[in-house]
Amino acid sequence: MSDLSDLYQSVILDHNRSPRNCRAMTDAHREAEGFNPLCGDRLRVWVRFGAGDLIEDVSFEGIGCAISQASASLMTTAVKGKTRAQALELFDRFHDLVAGEPPVPPGRSLGKLQVFEGVREYPSRVKCASLAWHALRSALADEPAR
Amino acid sequence: MPATDLRPAPATPALYDVEAVRRDFPILSQRIAGKPLVYLDSAATSQKPQAVIDAVSRFYAAGNANVHRGVYRLSEAATAAYEGARSRVAAFLNAPSAREVVFTRGTTESINLVAQSFLRPRLRPGDEILLTEMEHHSNIVPWQLVAAQTGALLRVAPISDDGELDVGALGALLGERTRLVSIAHISNALGTINPIERITALAHARGIPVLVDGAQSAPHLAADIRAFGCDFFACSSHKMFGPTGVGVLYGRAELLEQMPPWQGGGDMIASVTFEQSTWAAIPSKFEAGTPDIAGVIGLGAAVDYLSALDRGAVAAHEAGILDYAATRLAEVPGVRLIGTAARKASVQSFVMQGAHPHDIATILDADGVCIRAGHHCTQPLMARMGVPATARASFALYSTTADVDALIAGLDRVRRVMGL
Repeated sequence: MSDLSDLYQSVILDHNRSPRNCRAMTDAHREAEGFNPLCGDRLRVWVRFGAGDLIEDVSFEGIGCAISQASASLMTTAVKGKTRAQALELFDRFHDLVAGEPPVPPGRSLGKLQVFEGVREYPSRVKCASLAWHALRSALADEPAR
Repeated sequence: MPATDLRPAPATPALYDVEAVRRDFPILSQRIAGKPLVYLDSAATSQKPQAVIDAVSRFYAAGNANVHRGVYRLSEAATAAYEGARSRVAAFLNAPSAREVVFTRGTTESINLVAQSFLRPRLRPGDEILLTEMEHHSNIVPWQLVAAQTGALLRVAPISDDGELDVGALGALLGERTRLVSIAHISNALGTINPIERITALAHARGIPVLVDGAQSAPHLAADIRAFGCDFFACSSHKMFGPTGVGVLYGRAELLEQMPPWQGGGDMIASVTFEQSTWAAIPSKFEAGTPDIAGVIGLGAAVDYLSALDRGAVAAHEAGILDYAATRLAEVPGVRLIGTAARKASVQSFVMQGAHPHDIATILDADGVCIRAGHHCTQPLMARMGVPATARASFALYSTTADVDALIAGLDRVRRVMGL
C-alpha cells in the first residue's frame, strides 16, 4: 500500500476545497448524471459545444468524497477547449491511469490529471475518481444535439 | 437477620475479561500494515472465535456427509449435528419449538421468504405493509417486490432527528388494511433499539402480524422470542460470530404450517409423482436442497460460544464502549454524531465537517482502523437524516476502549491529511 500522501496530493485537496467549474449550466447542449450506488455519491455534468465539436464550456455539481470532487473539477479544466473526440480519448487514458493493467505506459503523462495515479493502489476508490468521467462520457455518447 | 450471617456474600459479578475474549478470536491478533488490527465494523460482519472455525473445519475434516439421507453412520452423525444446531439456535432465541426455526442463507433471504410465502397470498390491491424510516434495504425491497406483484402499498412510520422511532405515529398508521408490520430490532446505521414488545402488542391488538429484523440485535441482546411476542424473527449467522451464508427465520408454527413452500427441490417433500407432490413438515418444507451444513454447525458453535458468556456482562461491556466512543467522538472538532436515541446498542455513526466518510475510512485504514463508510444500505434513512453518507464505527463483545482511542487518533490524522 502506498503512502496516503500519494492519494491525497495537495492538488487534489485544493480542487476538493475549491472545485473549479462547479455550477449548474442553463444553456448546456448535453448533461448526464453519474451515480455510485456503492456509496450514494451523485453528480451531474453539463457540456456546451462551440464550433466544430469543441467543448466550449463544461461544469459539474454534486456531492462526494475528496477524490470524486477533485476528479470532477480537474476533469472540467482538462476537457474545456478540447474536441469531443479528444475528450473521449482522454477518458480512455484517464481510465488506464487509475484502473488499467500495470504498469502505466511511460511517457504518457496526463499533466495535472497524473495526480490520480495513486488511486490505482486503492481499488475501492477507483469508482470515486472515475465517477465524473463516466458522466462526461454519457453526456458525450451521442453526436451533440443542437 | 441473625447476628452472625454465615451465608456467603452475594457474588460480585466477575469483571468482564475482554482480553480473554479477544484471545478467542485469532484474527484480532493480526497486524495491518505493521499496526494492530482495529476492527470497528462488526455491524457489517462479526469476527469468528476459534471454536466456530474449529467446528467448521472439524466437520469437513472428519464429519462431512449429506444430511437427512444416508443410513450410514457418518450421515446420521451429520444429521444429528445439523439438527442439534437447530435445537440450540431455538433455545438461544427462546423460541417455543425447534420446528419453528428455518435455516436460510441470511436475514435477507428470511425476509424474502416471509414476503413471498406468507404475505403474497394474503395481499389484495390497497393492502398495506408498515415499515419504519430506519429500515435496511433488505427490509424494504422484498416488500416493494411483493407490493408490485399484488398492488399493495408500503407505509412508513417516522423517526425523530435523534433516530428515535415515533411509536405513537406507528400506532396511528396501523389500520384496517395493514397486513404486516416489519421492523428492525436495532438499526444498523443508527444503533437505535426499538421497543419490540410495545410494537408487537399494538399490532396484535389489531390482529396484525409482526416480523422483527434481528440481524443487528442477535449478537448484542439476549433474544427472547417468547417475550417479543413477534410472529417472525430473522437473523444472520455471520453477524453473531458464526459463518457467512447461513441465516435463521423463526416463524410461529401455526403460520409456517399455513404457508406454501417457497422453493421446491430435494429434502422439502413428503412424496413426489409427476402428477403431484406433497410437502415435508415444517421446517423442512422451507429447506429445499442440500443446506449449508457446515455453516449451520458453525452457527451452532457460535450460539454455544455466546451462551457460555455472561450476556449481561457482555451487554454492560458493550454499552460502556459505546458511551466512551460517543463521548470521545463528540469531542473531535467538526464531528457530528448521527443517531443519538436514548436506547442504543453498539453502533455510532458520525459525519465530519470537511471530510467525506469515504476519505475518513481510507485514511483510517492506513492505521489499521476498519470502519464502514457510505449509506449502510439505508438510503431512505440517509435522506431522512439529511446526509449522503456517514462514517460508522460498530462494536462487539471483543471491542475495547483502546480500539476507540485508535479511532480518535486516526481522526486527528484525517484532519491533518485533509488540511482541516
